[in-house]
Amino acid sequence: MASLGSIATAPLRAEREGDKNAKSIVFLGLLWFAILFAVLALVVLLVTAFFDGRTRLDADLITQYSSTVFPERAGARAAILGSAMVIVTTAALAIPLGVAAGVYLEEFADPRRWYNKLIEVNLTNLAAVPAIVYGMLTAGVALSIGLPRRVVLAGAIALALLVLPVIIITTREAMRSVPQEIRQGSLALGATPLQTVWRQTLPSAIPGIATGSILALSRALGEAAPLLLLGGLVFVTYDPNGLMSGFTTSYRSRSSTGRHSHSWRFSRSHRQPLSCFWSCCCS
Amino acid sequence: MECDGVDVYYGDFKAVCDVSLGFGYNEITALIGPSGCGKSTLLRSLNRMNDLIPEARVEGAVTFHGQSIYAKDVDPIEVRRRIGMVFQKPNPFPKSIYDNVAYGPRVTGMKAADMDDLVEEALTRSALWDEVKDKLKQSAYGLSGGQQQRLCIARTIAVRPEVILMDEPCSALDPIATSRIEDLMAELRDDYSIIIVTHNMQQAARVADRTAFFTALADETTGDRTGLLVEYDLTNKIFSSPADERTEKYITGRFG
Repeated sequence: MASLGSIATAPLRAEREGDKNAKSIVFLGLLWFAILFAVLALVVLLVTAFFDGRTRLDADLITQYSSTVFPERAGARAAILGSAMVIVTTAALAIPLGVAAGVYLEEFADPRRWYNKLIEVNLTNLAAVPAIVYGMLTAGVALSIGLPRRVVLAGAIALALLVLPVIIITTREAMRSVPQEIRQGSLALGATPLQTVWRQTLPSAIPGIATGSILALSRALGEAAPLLLLGGLVFVTYDPNGLMSGFTTSYRSRSSTGRHSHSWRFSRSHRQPLSCFWSCCCS
Repeated sequence: MECDGVDVYYGDFKAVCDVSLGFGYNEITALIGPSGCGKSTLLRSLNRMNDLIPEARVEGAVTFHGQSIYAKDVDPIEVRRRIGMVFQKPNPFPKSIYDNVAYGPRVTGMKAADMDDLVEEALTRSALWDEVKDKLKQSAYGLSGGQQQRLCIARTIAVRPEVILMDEPCSALDPIATSRIEDLMAELRDDYSIIIVTHNMQQAARVADRTAFFTALADETTGDRTGLLVEYDLTNKIFSSPADERTEKYITGRFG
């Protein structure tokens, strides 16, 4: 009887080229180039920003207001406080509403009803609406009912509208990924559907909901268009002191020539092609 | 608990056809039969778990102590509390062992004088207490599959149901864990009525007092398979001298 070793078998030596042919190597090279390009751009950006701005890297930058008189001592205090206030208000408006809507649609709504189908289609469409439209909507409503629009609350409402569809969709996604067995186990013990949601499904879905909400809020934080449209003031030298206070989320100071204003991160963009490119993209 | 002329539909598709049988008090009843013959569907219609599937519909009468559980004024939540269910795959909640057992009493608002005693009693009855008494605060996911399934049984008996439905409770377990669950069922029979769906005929023969054999009839035009009850009798009778030829073929392993 032949032992296993003596049975003729195909050699295990590498006879094919495997991944060592020219095509694979070129592809690998392209991947490396892509990574290198991204990292290089980031490094150049950080380094130029640091060297251009290092004389201003002091406490004044965050504790002082913007100033046209002493641009060398101006700071982003109003912008930082304004951003913080707007985003906290946005979160307070958008997250409870979005999570509640997502939970309802996923757990309680009957997907066969026409109005629930309509809501679904609308949600997906709303997630793709350009940000400025929400700014226009909020400004329009504020004007027509005679409320001030250049205030923290108006900005937060516009941003909350902007991120609401995203939060709803990620909440539904997170709820859907909770195994059906958990729901069945809970219901089979005599829990009501509401108890099942509160005590089982929602707690299990919280990590997913948190990720979605954070991503949505960071989008809101970076959004300038709706706020500009609401007339979020661009030159503010006081702290926002309430929901009905004027605010800014960006810091602008007059450049020495006095012709342009631009973002503080790229304050000398005239002489820097790269940062000029970035400020064009960002503003 | 009785079924009388029960049909279960999923939309237009008839999954179970005209089942009539009575489940004995403090007895273990096994439902056996080939895959797709509607055993699990029937089981899930006994405590209204099929309500969770929007298209599912039950016709005929399912009565529990003489009351129809599908009557308009019946609360499905209360039905499920009184008729508990253990699933095929162990499905502990992502919580501690203690909280898994205490969950049912908490949500159903049971007035337990001492929750610790209740948890201990449920775990003792499901033969799990000695293994977990030192790690009650640890996650239930750290238990083995067999322990998880016994935890699910403990969780079910913690709300003190009258009937326990088991949907292939051992099909995901090894033989040792299976035999522990079977011992457990024999002990629980004194206080509960148990209805178990199983693919394992030896298991039915070992644990059940009565056995119902189901088969599936294929519709020749659509190919849809509808389950129907072939024979229902004492387990001894089913396995020694079945009345129906199809039952005999199935239990001797010569099924089409």
